[in-house]
Amino acid sequence: MATAETPAAAQPGTTEEGVRRRDFIHIATGAFVAGGGAMAAWPFISQMNPAADTRALSTVEVDLAPIAVGQAIKVMWQGKPVFIRNRPEEEVAKERAVSLSDLRDPETDQQRVKEGHDNWLVTLGVCTHLGCVPLGAAQGEPKGEYGGYFCPCHGSHYDASGRIRKGPAPKNLEVPQYAFKTPTSIVIG
Amino acid sequence: MIRFVSYGVGAIFTLALLVGAFTPREAPEPDPIKAIERAPKQVTFAHEGIFGLYDRAQLQRGFQVYKEVCAACHGLELVAFRTMEDLGYNEDEIKAIAAAYEVPAIDEKTGEDSTRPAIPSDTFPSPYANDVAASAANGGKIPPDLSLIVKARPGHEAYIYSVLTGYEEAPEGFEVPEGGEFNPYFPGAVIGMPKPLSDDQVTYEDGTPATVDQMSKDVTAFLAWAGEPKMENRKRMGMGVIAFLSVLLVLSIISYKKIWADVKGPKPHDS
Amino acid sequence: MSFHWAKPYEPKNAVSKWVDERLPLPRLIVESLGTYEAPKNLNYWWNFGSLAGLFLVVQLVTGIVLAMHYAAHETVAFASVERIMRDVNFGWLIRYMHANGASFFFIVVYIHIFRGLYYGSYKAPRELIWMLGVVIFLLMMATAFLGYVLPWGQMSFWGAQVITGLFTALPIVGEPIQTLLLGAPFVGNPALNKFFSLHYLLPFVIAGVVILHVWALHIPGSNNPLGIDVKGPQDTVPFHPYYTIKDLVGVVVALLVFSAFVFFMPNMLGHPDNYIPANPLATPAHIVPEWYFWPFYAILRAFTIDFLGIQAKLWGVLAMFAAILLLLFLPWLDSSRVRSARFRPTYKWLFWFLVADVLILGYCGQAPAEEPYVRISQFASAYYFIHFLILVPLVARIETPKPLPRSIADPVLPSEAVAQPAE
Repeated sequence: MATAETPAAAQPGTTEEGVRRRDFIHIATGAFVAGGGAMAAWPFISQMNPAADTRALSTVEVDLAPIAVGQAIKVMWQGKPVFIRNRPEEEVAKERAVSLSDLRDPETDQQRVKEGHDNWLVTLGVCTHLGCVPLGAAQGEPKGEYGGYFCPCHGSHYDASGRIRKGPAPKNLEVPQYAFKTPTSIVIG
Repeated sequence: MIRFVSYGVGAIFTLALLVGAFTPREAPEPDPIKAIERAPKQVTFAHEGIFGLYDRAQLQRGFQVYKEVCAACHGLELVAFRTMEDLGYNEDEIKAIAAAYEVPAIDEKTGEDSTRPAIPSDTFPSPYANDVAASAANGGKIPPDLSLIVKARPGHEAYIYSVLTGYEEAPEGFEVPEGGEFNPYFPGAVIGMPKPLSDDQVTYEDGTPATVDQMSKDVTAFLAWAGEPKMENRKRMGMGVIAFLSVLLVLSIISYKKIWADVKGPKPHDS
Repeated sequence: MSFHWAKPYEPKNAVSKWVDERLPLPRLIVESLGTYEAPKNLNYWWNFGSLAGLFLVVQLVTGIVLAMHYAAHETVAFASVERIMRDVNFGWLIRYMHANGASFFFIVVYIHIFRGLYYGSYKAPRELIWMLGVVIFLLMMATAFLGYVLPWGQMSFWGAQVITGLFTALPIVGEPIQTLLLGAPFVGNPALNKFFSLHYLLPFVIAGVVILHVWALHIPGSNNPLGIDVKGPQDTVPFHPYYTIKDLVGVVVALLVFSAFVFFMPNMLGHPDNYIPANPLATPAHIVPEWYFWPFYAILRAFTIDFLGIQAKLWGVLAMFAAILLLLFLPWLDSSRVRSARFRPTYKWLFWFLVADVLILGYCGQAPAEEPYVRISQFASAYYFIHFLILVPLVARIETPKPLPRSIADPVLPSEAVAQPAE
């Protein structure tokens, strides 16, 4: 920049060595550019998050009447399987007798069902270890050592309240948001 | 050498064009319909302009008109019920609005085609199962889906409003074909849709008198929203972006002048 | 590259030294954007190259993001775009940026081209830069055409119909070529899928050619408004900070105008008919391409009579392609040694006639194919070919240019408060 005739020091905005001073205005401009860049980047990141139609609460209504005592069914909700089990009285009583200190993820059976509908167990069919679908809902599938569900991937055993009793899974099967619409039907989600 | 090729090619194209240009052609017959067609009327809407936002009360009235009049023949299949919260409805009201419509479903037990009440995550259904049914029910013409109608027509809101309020007696000697009605605001001046609105056809919940003019404005505003539900977000963000860039422009110009001062130097007086 | 007085790159710390010894990428960046010496007298018409780069990046980023949500099948394409507009977070913003970004990419490139025409940037030793630019322009047009088909609206469909139909003008090979391009003897799903793939591919090809274009530029260095060669360090300034800041100012102005369109008039440059889903049974009243194709569309439709045994339709196709391809030969058509129109008074008039002519052609391109527009297109198209193929070579030979200044630094040294009489 400095021509042969004009010494560097005579150039405005430079020090003796010809290095340009870091003027405040340039810092301000640079900061605005950086800030603008960050603000511009946000929509491009956000668009990867679930879209409104995906987020929209999709509900699934399930008629419970065809499910006999001792039977269970699987339904899909938000891309995941949900196990709905009609438990006989003995099974309910057995689960209520289990001591909380025996449970890795302590929860009473009452906490996991709806009052007045104690025979109905509604849980996600997703093992809390690494996400496989446990067996035990369909006719003839092994129910594991605790009479509930058995995950064949790594050997997690769940009881008839969907609680983890043995194996690597850390938590009980998740109970989704649901409500009884009529005594024989529920709305999940 | 290249010059002569260039002159040659240039001459050939030019000749082809000029022969065409000087070929006499019949003077174009003025299309009589053009004299009868009219440009859209002047009308203003709350959501026009840089600062314009939708008038929620108007959108709700417009929805009422759509629901009670237009939905008989026109679908709105790109609009989901859940988006109606933009109009000011709450979750329960939206569930009720949705439940009033039936959407295609499959009977869980038999697998046959059936219907079920809509839920908020559904979109407005079409009144017809498919295009063939729509055409058969409407004399061979398919009533267009209205989700994007405002954006899909030149003249936009003014056009829709003009067509809705533009039905009148055909001029002397103008033959209106069977199945059509005269409307100078519609291209070709003959529209397949019978006049849809008459005074007091709808009873507005907020007590606004339901004249044809009022209903036309309201339903047009509603349809504008249906086509551009994100308009308000767009304008708001636009304000912020332009404000930000204006500040950045000033800063960068000052930076620029400072950096260039030693090169440009004091301006000579006769520059 | 560039001039020998450019400050050489010195890695400042151990890490940059280590990288530089193994892969001179930091050196490449510093030497092309930092210490690259550029003439000190560049005016704002020189901003449009970096603006073209800006809009290429805008299109690439918004396009890749749109492709995360778009579905290229005729039954769902239109609805997938509406889903982007309504449901995808900021989808409306990204879609409008992409649609308007295409227009802005073209306006910026057109100004960039006309800058080149005015200041003789296509002349020796920059001929290859210019030709690479023509290649970029052709790729842009192909990309834009392919992209416009994707929303599968009425104009998408019928525009594809018209443009692929052009190939049938070629005798014998025409229809087979059209079928090959469409993947079917009609415009439909095979074409849509294929166009999506190619539309995703071509912008990266453009980016590659842009790299060659800039690389070729950095050999002789930039032209300047006076059109005379750089003589020494007194004529240049390092790109950083002088032109980085000037380009920033240009970018901010461009973004302001871009934002005005994206946020407040996002559909003004588009056609309402493309908000109607494609209907193979209903042809729109007037099929028009996007505005940046209008001049070429006018030339295409200007040929109305069979001439010399060649059908009018084929003349139109040949002329439309010739109108672009003749630009490749411009460095040889214009043999004048003087670059800048500032010193070429006759050529300057020709230049402005060309600008007016292109604007007239543009207006005719969007008009219906009726009188008086057909006749106007015919004269305006004739002038276009006369300009490049007859007048420009002629004027180059017979014009008397004005005397050139001694050097770039000459008229602008601040110490010369009063101009010295020229020797």
